Amino acid sequence: MITVTLTVNGQEETHSIEARETLADFLRERCNLTGTHLGCEHGACGACTVTINGLPARSCLTLAVMCEDRAVQTVEGTRGDPEMDLIRKHFHEAHGLQCGYCTPGMLLAARDILRRHKAPGEATIRKELSGHLCRCTGYVGIVEAIRRAGAELSDKS
Amino acid sequence: MKPAPFDYVRPSHLGEATEILVKGQGSAIPISGGQSLMPMLSLRVASAETLVDISRLFELKTVEETSTGISYGAATTHAAIEDGKLPDPSRGLMHKVASGISYRAVRNFGTMGGSLALADPAADWPACLMALGALVTIVGPDGNRTVTVPELIEGPYTTILAPGEVITSIEVPRLPAEARWGYSKFARKSGAFANSLSVAVIGGGNKARVVIAGSSTSSSLLTDTASLLDRTPDATEDDLKTAIRDDLTKVDPNGDDYQHRSHAAIVLRAVQQARLP
Ligand SMILES: Cc1cc2nc3c(=O)[nH]c(=O)nc-3n(C[C@H](O)[C@H](O)[C@H](O)COP(=O)(O)OP(=O)(O)OC[C@H]3O[C@@H](n4cnc5c(N)ncnc54)[C@H](O)[C@@H]3O)c2cc1C
Ligand code: FES
Ligand code: FES
Repeated sequence: MITVTLTVNGQEETHSIEARETLADFLRERCNLTGTHLGCEHGACGACTVTINGLPARSCLTLAVMCEDRAVQTVEGTRGDPEMDLIRKHFHEAHGLQCGYCTPGMLLAARDILRRHKAPGEATIRKELSGHLCRCTGYVGIVEAIRRAGAELSDKS
Repeated sequence: MKPAPFDYVRPSHLGEATEILVKGQGSAIPISGGQSLMPMLSLRVASAETLVDISRLFELKTVEETSTGISYGAATTHAAIEDGKLPDPSRGLMHKVASGISYRAVRNFGTMGGSLALADPAADWPACLMALGALVTIVGPDGNRTVTVPELIEGPYTTILAPGEVITSIEVPRLPAEARWGYSKFARKSGAFANSLSVAVIGGGNKARVVIAGSSTSSSLLTDTASLLDRTPDATEDDLKTAIRDDLTKVDPNGDDYQHRSHAAIVLRAVQQARLP
């Protein structure tokens, strides 16, 4: 067992774990943060997306011990963040979710897309979202939500 | 938790890493971005007694200008190349290739060194770096050696790396201003591994290089096609197709008809793109 400390949503989390424990399991089972979902556990679906030092990451493809001294943010940690509130509002209004399984990953991906692309169009959003699977919506609502959020953000700036 | 148990060490410098890797004689393996190794450990198609975390080694992160090109530390991520914040000797080719690898979350952590060391036949970096004539520096118990990509990669998932050897940097020669490149990738889904992937670099006074990679075909140089382009830069499409077909029977003797047709179409596309004015 190894004792590791990482910062999760601004709080220090220290746990004694096996080296083979993924960041996803660490978040869900040690920190009780079940907003991070596991779909495929091999990098294909994007449901487990979190950020590590601000960069989107697959928490199923990351060892918790490799994140020692890093800052991890999960969807729970985005509460009250104005950028995320705006993205959430558009997901709500544009029907960007049904069952919600893919949504935590979609939201974090949406924020990253909008940070890298100003007011992106449909083609850019679709390319950037190709690593996120949704089995409910058919993507139309999700793409539209991100497009509207991008348009509103660029109007503001 | 899906991988079988292993120990984990995070050496603070390269010498310590190679020492642990040498002692492990193959049961200790490096982990860099983990973007290929993690799924392989989880599926238990790879195993290790000790994982040696090389992702924080500063020796693998240096990027510097050399007299002939740019040397990238092996831990340079796909995203770093995609974002264009590092010097680019390839006049846009590396950016194009990087942005088509997998998805952003994977590109944020996956590294050039990891991609070369794994030698997945369908991977993008081996093909791109082979076409650019890159040189790979390897550090091991007996010192350094520098090899070309074709020397490094012996076949699908097989390299000349011995236990204890770590790829430290990749030097990409600067493309002359008159050189042209073409890149074409056919995958079932954007970001997925390629069925067929081709990179062509022609002109600028260098010998042409045309590479095919994909599914079961490790990155390979298509020499007939390249020498046709050297002799006859404006070779007809029919002559190109013949050369490509001859090359494919040599580098991919076991490929079926579908695979050869897919490869041939993608190579032709890359070459034609490179020949655009
Ligand atoms: C869903 C998904 C889709 C993908 N699609 C593509 C794609 O389309 N094209 C593509 O090219 N790649 C793709 N990849 C793979 C990705 O590019 C990986 O990042 C890359 O292959 C490995 O880099 P890494 O740093 O993550 O290596 P790791 O996973 O850390 O290591 C891979 C192997 O290399 C060894 N290794 C790592 N670094 C070194 C080093 N410096 N010296 C010696 N040995 C080393 C490790 O021991 C291990 O055996 C995909 C991955 C995923 C999860
Ligand atoms: S659970 Fe991590 S990508 Fe699917
Ligand atoms: S809303 Fe159900 S998977 Fe996307």
